[in-house]
Amino acid sequence: MAEAAVHHDVAGVYEPSLFGTYSKKIGMWLFLASDSVTFGALLFAYSYGRISNPSWPTPFGKESIINATIMTACLLSSSLTMVLGVLAAHRGDMAKVRNWLLATMFFGAAFIVLHAIEWSKLIHEGMTPFTNPWAPSVPQFGGTFFTLTGMHMLHVTIGVIYLGVVALRKKFLPVLVVLWLIGWLATPANNVFHLGVHVLLIGAVVSAMVMFLKPKIYDSHDIEVAGLYWHFVDLVWMFIFPLVYLMSTRI
Amino acid sequence: MHNIAAIHDESKAQYYWVWGALLILTGIEVVLAYEQFFTPVHMLEVLMVLSLVKAALIIAYFMHLKFEIPLMRFMLMAAIVACLCIMCIFFADAVRVVKLGLP
Repeated sequence: MAEAAVHHDVAGVYEPSLFGTYSKKIGMWLFLASDSVTFGALLFAYSYGRISNPSWPTPFGKESIINATIMTACLLSSSLTMVLGVLAAHRGDMAKVRNWLLATMFFGAAFIVLHAIEWSKLIHEGMTPFTNPWAPSVPQFGGTFFTLTGMHMLHVTIGVIYLGVVALRKKFLPVLVVLWLIGWLATPANNVFHLGVHVLLIGAVVSAMVMFLKPKIYDSHDIEVAGLYWHFVDLVWMFIFPLVYLMSTRI
Repeated sequence: MHNIAAIHDESKAQYYWVWGALLILTGIEVVLAYEQFFTPVHMLEVLMVLSLVKAALIIAYFMHLKFEIPLMRFMLMAAIVACLCIMCIFFADAVRVVKLGLP
């Protein structure tokens, strides 16, 4: 009996996937479905406060809206380069895949830098998670804003690291460590990003564990799964941009 | 198991069209916010409709869900339907608070 139980190399012993695709992709889709509910909760928390509170602050002037619009264009362009990378992967052109992934990372990094500038400006004006200078009677503005946009910025950062691992594999680790060191040493100790930049160090440690414990050459399926994650990050911003920025413009 | 490239015609042109449409829709959103044509509640409705159109384009074309089998599509739509249901409850209550005040 025991001998019979281990003979699994018989054709047809495994059932075909219920969803007609490979398990990595189904796993990523399920993760994204759960993550969409998480972001949904954060978006509703912000929007509920925005609608139900007539004195909700509107701190986003022309400069902020232009900045956020450029950020949106960066993410949309990154989605285009990502899908072109997936297309190149399906066609087996791995040199082009790497170039498209690097272009995607560039747009993602540009988004993070622009977002960090926007955050720094708001913090400089006196905004904290618990207070804001525009409407002291609405303390929840800072908390909901920083939680929602911070969660999204974290997802974009993880996405850039993910794409870096897929595109460059072990060569990406020293890049990541150098970026962490620059970010850590270049920001003042009282700056929020002095602490936040440690995400890069954690990312480097986790990436190293993954790559050294399970070294592999990433194929077109891996590129497609990475693309799903990246497009989801873009998708979430399509709701954050209008609900947070455009609903609170100061014209 | 299937390969996306094998079952539908993947051309770069369609991705550029989708990207262009997304940029145009974003531009419309920014113009609406600047001109402030609507009250906040109506502005929210318009922006949500535009955002849903953009989300549908991204999910269908960039994430290739349009080319998956129906069972996969229906399973994944459950999360979006759940979000929309919660949105209908929360946003309706937020408007009630504005019009009637807290209980």
